[in-house]
Amino acid sequence: MLNLTLLDGQKFQVTIQRLCRQLIENHNDFSETVLIGIQPRGIYLARRVAEELRKILSGKAILQGDLDITFYRDDFRRRDQLMPNQTKIDFIIEGKQVVMMDDVLWTGRTIRAAMDALQAFGRPAKVELLTLVDRRYSRHIPVAADYVGIEVDSIASQKVVVSWKETDGEDKIVLLSEVKE
Amino acid sequence: MAGLSTRHLLGIKDLNREDIELIFETADTFKSVLNRPIKKVPSLRDVTIANIFFENSTRTRLSFELAEKRLSADVVNFAASSSSVSKGETLIDTVNNILAMKVDMVVMRHPYAGAGIFLSKHVKAQIVNAGDGAHEHPTQALLDAFSIREKFGDVAGKKVVIVGDILHSRVALSNILCLKQLGAEVMVCGPTTLIPKYIGTLGVKVENNLIKALNWCDVANMLRIQLERQDIKYFPSLREYTMLYGLNKQILDSLDKEIMVMHPGPINRGVEITSDVADSKQSVILEQVENGVAVRMAVLYLLAGQTQ
Repeated sequence: MLNLTLLDGQKFQVTIQRLCRQLIENHNDFSETVLIGIQPRGIYLARRVAEELRKILSGKAILQGDLDITFYRDDFRRRDQLMPNQTKIDFIIEGKQVVMMDDVLWTGRTIRAAMDALQAFGRPAKVELLTLVDRRYSRHIPVAADYVGIEVDSIASQKVVVSWKETDGEDKIVLLSEVKE
Repeated sequence: MAGLSTRHLLGIKDLNREDIELIFETADTFKSVLNRPIKKVPSLRDVTIANIFFENSTRTRLSFELAEKRLSADVVNFAASSSSVSKGETLIDTVNNILAMKVDMVVMRHPYAGAGIFLSKHVKAQIVNAGDGAHEHPTQALLDAFSIREKFGDVAGKKVVIVGDILHSRVALSNILCLKQLGAEVMVCGPTTLIPKYIGTLGVKVENNLIKALNWCDVANMLRIQLERQDIKYFPSLREYTMLYGLNKQILDSLDKEIMVMHPGPINRGVEITSDVADSKQSVILEQVENGVAVRMAVLYLLAGQTQ
């Protein structure tokens, strides 16, 4: 296994802050905007972004929820079963601007499922997508992110893993490659 | 993630503790789905399920049908009374004909014990037992245990008494197996004639006195007298049964703690339980029905998700 660190430490933090600034450009004071993290790994990104935004906007309330997409996946019965995670959306998304967040955007299938899952909660005015890592040129579905942390060129056998200070000890994005013997 | 250890749900007997806990965790998420404005998820949209009922049912059939529809499965319903079974068709033939129409799963209720097990050996589809004679009713036991878990946080260590017609009850056997598997203490209570002779071998206590049993327990599960399965008279009269084993408000209030009262339905008001008890705040009868849909969604989802 060959590991290549794409982003860590201060650069990681700077990337998060840049994404926050870009969000503020489009969403002003977030009174009509909600952040939705996609389970299981997108929720850490959404939490971090919400936290940074609260700092930047000096304590402004930012609505942030977790969305589980297990029941909306298109590979049910075609792969091993996944355990559903919790969905926690304690606010109304009807008519709101929704920013969906996931750590890695790859085939785009998760995002398709997430858009489907989101419909069960109402009709948002607008849905945007924010991703920390965009694995370019590997989409199976025509999906594009509105806000991108970093872009990565990778092949299908590689894996992109995002670690978070809160749960994994450090902020890091790593590209894992299988080494053939 | 590992799924269920079994391909069919024929009885609690085939499930281990991990299976039951997996079903409960999945049911938790489905319960939250059922409280959303849109109560439907698309998981089973390419699955067809046949509900085959050779015996009458209200709750179980509706509950299964709602669970299937909320998972977006295609559903066909079949009641034996209005079918070619009355023209002499055998069970295997009936089911194979239904399966020839490309059905993936069969939910079956049958008056004979072991009908589901027999069918699972002869047909390709996945079978879910919705009650087979006086044998097992696994989804009822799962939803009962789920309701206890919801109320107390855990089933382990809880004292549950099952009162009534234990001899003819599939709910009793499935409940005993499920609660024991989860670490609860179980007691059965009823007239000696309605308690199977060797029930003690399942590791349950036996008590003939209702008051003693209620004083011991945290949860009382009141069962109906299954007159339709009783070939001989097991007690002198219903009135006498009610006097000795019926739960009324007076008895409930005389206990030194608030016990939880359950009933799998259908209730015979004024026989095993009085109206004021059935409608009291200690009764969770309607919560059981609500949980039934979530638990059945979990079972169907976990079974259908097994890769072929």
